[in-house]
Amino acid sequence: MTDQEKILSEVTGSDYKFGFHTDIDTETIPKGLSEKVVRIISAKKEEPEWLTETRLKAFRHWQTMKMPEWAHLRIPEINYQDIIYYAAPKQEAKYESMDEVDPELLDTFNKLGIPLEEQNQLAGVAVDAVMDSVSVKTTFQDTLADKGIIFCSFSEAVKNHPDLVKKYMGSVVPYTDNFFAALNSAVFSDGSFCYIPKGVHCPMELSTYFRINAANTGQFERTLIVAEDDSYVSYLEGCTAPMRDENQLHAAIVEIVAMENAEVKYSTVQNWYPGDKNGKGGIFNFVTKRGICKGDNSKISWTQVETGSAITWKYPSCILRGNNSVGEFYSVAVTNNYQQADTGTKMIHIGKNTRSTIISKGISAGKSENSYRGLVKVLKGAENARNFSQCDSLLLGDKCGAHTFPYLEVDNMSAIVEHEATTSKIGEDQIFYCNQRGIDTENAISLIVNGYAKEVLNKLPMEFAVEAQKLLAITLEGSVG
Amino acid sequence: MLEIKDLKVNIEDKEILKGINLSVKPGEVHAIMGPNGSGKSTLASALAGRDYFDITHGKIIYEGKDLLELSPEDRAREGIFLGFQYPVEIPGVSMVNFLRTAINSMRKYRNQDPLPAGDFLKLMREKKQVVEIDSDLTNRSVNEGFSGGEKKKNEIFQMALLEPKLAILDETDSGLDIDALRIVSNGVNKLRSPENATIIITHYQRLLDYIVPDFVHVLYKGRIVKSGDKSLAKELEEHGYEWIKQEVDAEM
Ligand SMILES: Nc1ncnc2c1ncn2[C@@H]1O[C@H](COP(=O)(O)OP(=O)(O)O)[C@@H](O)[C@H]1O
Ligand SMILES: [Mg+2]
Repeated sequence: MTDQEKILSEVTGSDYKFGFHTDIDTETIPKGLSEKVVRIISAKKEEPEWLTETRLKAFRHWQTMKMPEWAHLRIPEINYQDIIYYAAPKQEAKYESMDEVDPELLDTFNKLGIPLEEQNQLAGVAVDAVMDSVSVKTTFQDTLADKGIIFCSFSEAVKNHPDLVKKYMGSVVPYTDNFFAALNSAVFSDGSFCYIPKGVHCPMELSTYFRINAANTGQFERTLIVAEDDSYVSYLEGCTAPMRDENQLHAAIVEIVAMENAEVKYSTVQNWYPGDKNGKGGIFNFVTKRGICKGDNSKISWTQVETGSAITWKYPSCILRGNNSVGEFYSVAVTNNYQQADTGTKMIHIGKNTRSTIISKGISAGKSENSYRGLVKVLKGAENARNFSQCDSLLLGDKCGAHTFPYLEVDNMSAIVEHEATTSKIGEDQIFYCNQRGIDTENAISLIVNGYAKEVLNKLPMEFAVEAQKLLAITLEGSVG
Repeated sequence: MLEIKDLKVNIEDKEILKGINLSVKPGEVHAIMGPNGSGKSTLASALAGRDYFDITHGKIIYEGKDLLELSPEDRAREGIFLGFQYPVEIPGVSMVNFLRTAINSMRKYRNQDPLPAGDFLKLMREKKQVVEIDSDLTNRSVNEGFSGGEKKKNEIFQMALLEPKLAILDETDSGLDIDALRIVSNGVNKLRSPENATIIITHYQRLLDYIVPDFVHVLYKGRIVKSGDKSLAKELEEHGYEWIKQEVDAEM
């Protein structure tokens, strides 16, 4: 055994920092999934009939479907009857003032670095905090309302803006789309809703923070963002979960609609509990995210830093319908220990002069498996479409896997599509070079990895970028040195 | 300052260093010469703490400490600098970020606060002049896309910035044109002081016209087979290594 191997086999000692569990009164419904359960969820949320019907349609469709098997993932059998589909902190009503919020809950979000008191927050970030199945608190709603911006929990949107929800929900990700989308559409509990009116540049970052707390529950939230003509919004999503020995399912949907000249930036730092160093526990993160550039000259950018989850199945995509519309996907996906990730994007070019950029940086350590899977599709009418894809893989050690699955379907001769891919290893030579300049191995890896992922990290809003850099280092702690 | 006693090193069961003895005092410049494959880089690596080989015997005392007990980063923090024969590229990591991390790691070790960004940039500018290195290079990623000569200059630049007590320069002259050779040697000479020492590894005597050594050692087949003053280098220049090889091989 070389020294490198020895060090590598000393598996990470770093603890998942967010693995605590909050003792809070939770209302749950019995395990299992049936039409009855779907109706109970809908009733609990006091939903209008059309929504109950939509849920039931989705549920019936889901029953005819099978879990997708094409991904490069080993997914253990999931017993969908063994999951609780609704859990909510007991004080159900939305809090009018901070005094009403359960101190335990406040404390939880404080520990996560997400203070819910507006005066304590990062300037310029409004937060919708979702714990288990419900939105706990949305901050800065009044400030935003002055500009006509709607930023609230999905449930509130159903109550207060039913026309908007009815019009756009499922318009980008229909329940028929895939197994997990159907499941989500049947049982989704809450999530965020965001509407930017025509001509408005959203003055602050909007952010949703998801926290799974209760045991044996699934989390099924959905987010809907609509940006009208000439508007702009930057949206952030963060998430964590307690450490538990059993796997927990997270199946979310995010839909984005960008009208003419609108721009939506969606950034994710995904840090669900990844399981322990032996691969026990962790979140199954099966997520459908898709945006449509509906209007001409619109733009949607996905930026994701994926460090958590036991298994990740996720392909944030852009449908480039409007002429001159732009889709971007910037991704860093890190896997360590026994984590598995199959992630990438789809860029569907429909309009003329549509452009897309894909930058994917995979980092694999331990015994993990990390795959990029991406589709670039240029339809017949997409005159002068352009795509540039770059998919890099970085390996730490030789027990992990990195895979690239690029798919290309081009039906228009004028398209220019470029694909570059590299695979490299963090070499002992690089680490030793750093050591020789006084930098210890832990910091050397952090330096090298952050350098490698720089192009993507630079796309994140400032406060998030710093967090993400730290997170990368923590995730890989102990994986080499 | 440095005392190497009967150092033996194996790589995969093959003995590469077969009992090295060397003593270096502050203010001295030692040149280690010898044909390719004689073990010069292995010796440098052993001093810096590389670990793809086994140290089977011997001791290295540095400033009164057992050097072999120290991690590579602690050796660096204690003032040992290795100018690499083949400096490695680190894509995406800017020289500025790299060197700032390095300097601050060393400062932390000495219980000093991190160097403020302004002071650091000033220091960079100062040292850049010493080795006449282009800003263009220091704005790039560590060694990425540098030519051979630029990499070597960059090593000397880093040495200037980190101000080591003991610098080991492994073939820093190879691949340099005369201009670069002059710049690199100037840099080394400017950094010479009564407190610090330099070990220059080379197999050409050319460099020693610019950096005049106090001692010259010939390393051959894992042993120091001859030591002398700078005239030994001249002798090697005139007669090559053949006469030494013959002498040694005859004895064995
Ligand atoms: N990583 C290594 N693995 C195996 N053998 C090596 C390695 N590095 C050096 N050697 C061997 O050790 C001997 C000395 O090499 P080196 O120290 O690089 O010599 P020099 O620097 O004097 O040219 C050579 O025979 C070389 O092949
Ligand atoms: Mg050598």
